[in-house]
Amino acid sequence: MFNPENLIRKGLPKGHFKDLVVRFVLAGLTYVVVLIAALLFAKIIMDGAPVLFKAKAPFVDFEFLTAKNETLHVFDDAQGNRHQLPASRYNDYLAKYEGAPIFNEQTYSYSGGGIAGPIVGTALLTIGSMVLALFFGVAAAIYLSEYAKQSPFIHAIRLAILNLAGIPSIVFGLFGFSVFVLAVPVITPTPSDRSLLTIPLHINHYVMSFQGWNSSLMAGCATLACMILPVIITASEESLRAVPQGFRDASLAMGATRWQTIRKCVLPFSLPGILTSSLLAITRVAGETAPIMFTAAVAAKDDLPWQGLKSPFDILSSQVQALPYHIYTLAARIPSSEYTRRAQYGSVFVFLLLVASLSVGSMILRAKLRSKLKW
Amino acid sequence: MIERLNPSSKDISIAVKDLDFSYGSSPVLKNIQLDIPENGVTSFIGPSGCGKSTLLRCINRMNDEIPSARITRGDIEIGGVNIYDSSVDVVKLRRDVGMVFQKSNPFPRSIYENVAYGLRLRGERDKAVLDQSVEQALHSAALWDEVKDRLQESALGLSGGQQQRLCIARAIAVKPRVVLMDEPCSALDPIATAKVEELIWDLKHAYTFVIVTHNMQQASRVSDKTAFFYMGEVIEFSDTSRMFSNPRFRKTEEYITGRFG
Ligand SMILES: Nc1ncnc2c1ncn2[C@@H]1O[C@H](COP(=O)(O)OP(=O)(O)OP(=O)(O)O)[C@@H](O)[C@H]1O
Ligand SMILES: [Mg+2]
Repeated sequence: MFNPENLIRKGLPKGHFKDLVVRFVLAGLTYVVVLIAALLFAKIIMDGAPVLFKAKAPFVDFEFLTAKNETLHVFDDAQGNRHQLPASRYNDYLAKYEGAPIFNEQTYSYSGGGIAGPIVGTALLTIGSMVLALFFGVAAAIYLSEYAKQSPFIHAIRLAILNLAGIPSIVFGLFGFSVFVLAVPVITPTPSDRSLLTIPLHINHYVMSFQGWNSSLMAGCATLACMILPVIITASEESLRAVPQGFRDASLAMGATRWQTIRKCVLPFSLPGILTSSLLAITRVAGETAPIMFTAAVAAKDDLPWQGLKSPFDILSSQVQALPYHIYTLAARIPSSEYTRRAQYGSVFVFLLLVASLSVGSMILRAKLRSKLKW
Repeated sequence: MIERLNPSSKDISIAVKDLDFSYGSSPVLKNIQLDIPENGVTSFIGPSGCGKSTLLRCINRMNDEIPSARITRGDIEIGGVNIYDSSVDVVKLRRDVGMVFQKSNPFPRSIYENVAYGLRLRGERDKAVLDQSVEQALHSAALWDEVKDRLQESALGLSGGQQQRLCIARAIAVKPRVVLMDEPCSALDPIATAKVEELIWDLKHAYTFVIVTHNMQQASRVSDKTAFFYMGEVIEFSDTSRMFSNPRFRKTEEYITGRFG
């Protein structure tokens, strides 16, 4: 018999006590995570934002973004004024006040000037590796999902690709070093001494020399592309599979070849998905230090990436600075002091801003395309 | 190689000879023998899952796309050419043997682009020719009046029945010789159904139609011949008027009078 009085609680809510505890613990754990993230961001923003943003117009310190990275000289002049000058302006100062006495001089590597070099280097590495990874990744995904018979062999390949995604990036770095930096073939008239193998081509003394690309933008892009390929292949395959079979059937039944079908009825509808997933992959490429440490990045460079090149293609074989590696250098390779903080927190802040805008951008793009492409 | 059957070439009859078919190891069609006459309408009827769609997809080799699908015995000839012969180009075959699927599947493009798709595949670039073919196909599929002012809008904005007629228009826009239709009217209201049947009537002198339908009235209205499928076999295949007035087998009679199925 239903008795309404049973519904009335008597005394403490005993049965609900456990529920409350569980709820508290879970909520507590969640807020701990949020708190850690909040503290991290707060610290970076508090120390980094003032480097980039100014109270006076134009409100942004463009010099920090556009000047090259230099050693910082800190010294007192005869009047006791403290100067902080990057190397080039320090030299100007010396030339201008020739013979003027300088006191308490200290130098801080990498801490002066701006971070144009690392920004452009990271941009080049990211663009280059994404172009490579998209080309190979989409091709592989098309083969795997549209052409290959679903045999055990293909399943094994797919599994291998998935596993590749879990390999630590430092392993890719070492792989890239031993393959792209030291071993891949180049065609040159003057092979290096450490060439693993040279094959004469009988054209004007040119030989194919397995000597690698040295540490260079090219080698770094190739290494980063290898690292991100599994992600791109998997995401692309997913996007291809999301296209309804009916589209393919309809197209094939009208006498389209397989390639025509893929080009007109599959790729156009999966491309937005492929691109948005790839945008998320970009944040990973832009942020990794390990793969480029041995293959492309340098701590210091006298010129900005586009300066001092004989031909535009030389940029491919030159080393670059990169933001994540720059941050590592600033944090781990120089003694920290009040004069290095500007470069340190400024770089981290810019980097954070960059990655955040990339991921927010991809989220917006994804939402927009999702609502547009429905079937 | 099968040549493109031109409108004057007479023979577009379909002969299914001793066909056995299976998906993986499970047989679906057993010993199918059918002589489908040209320039007429043949309908396939039978309970769900008996293999009507499967046989239909064999006729334009769409089953090639299903890895487990296998013809274990027999073959199919169109106009005397064995379409499963290794010298047959399936791309050319499918240009002559069009298909409307059980599930309507318009592309998420404009209505115009959907109908023009097949023509563009064949390299047609002339805007005037495209416009004219699109309009004609939409007229034939009884859709023109409803969409003539919104040709550039997405096909996905159409109702289910309109989408199905769009798929019919898309299939006939390229003027195939054989048209396979898998339950083309299952999502249509009686008026649209009547329009599609009218279209079949109008075109059947030049095409060979094969229609799968669950609608007995439709089968009796539009088709010249009817094949009754049951559990992967053709139980009865004869002139429609004869089958509906005087079926030879008990099973056929039970099915067409609605006692099972
Ligand atoms: N791709 C497939 N793989 C394996 N089995 C299949 C596949 N497609 C269909 N079948 C099986 O083959 C049999 C015949 O299917 P088919 O689609 O030809 O039936 P149908 O007569 O068209 O039925 P309906 O009237 O419901 O459309 C069914 O038992 C079905 O489960
Ligand atoms: Mg069916």
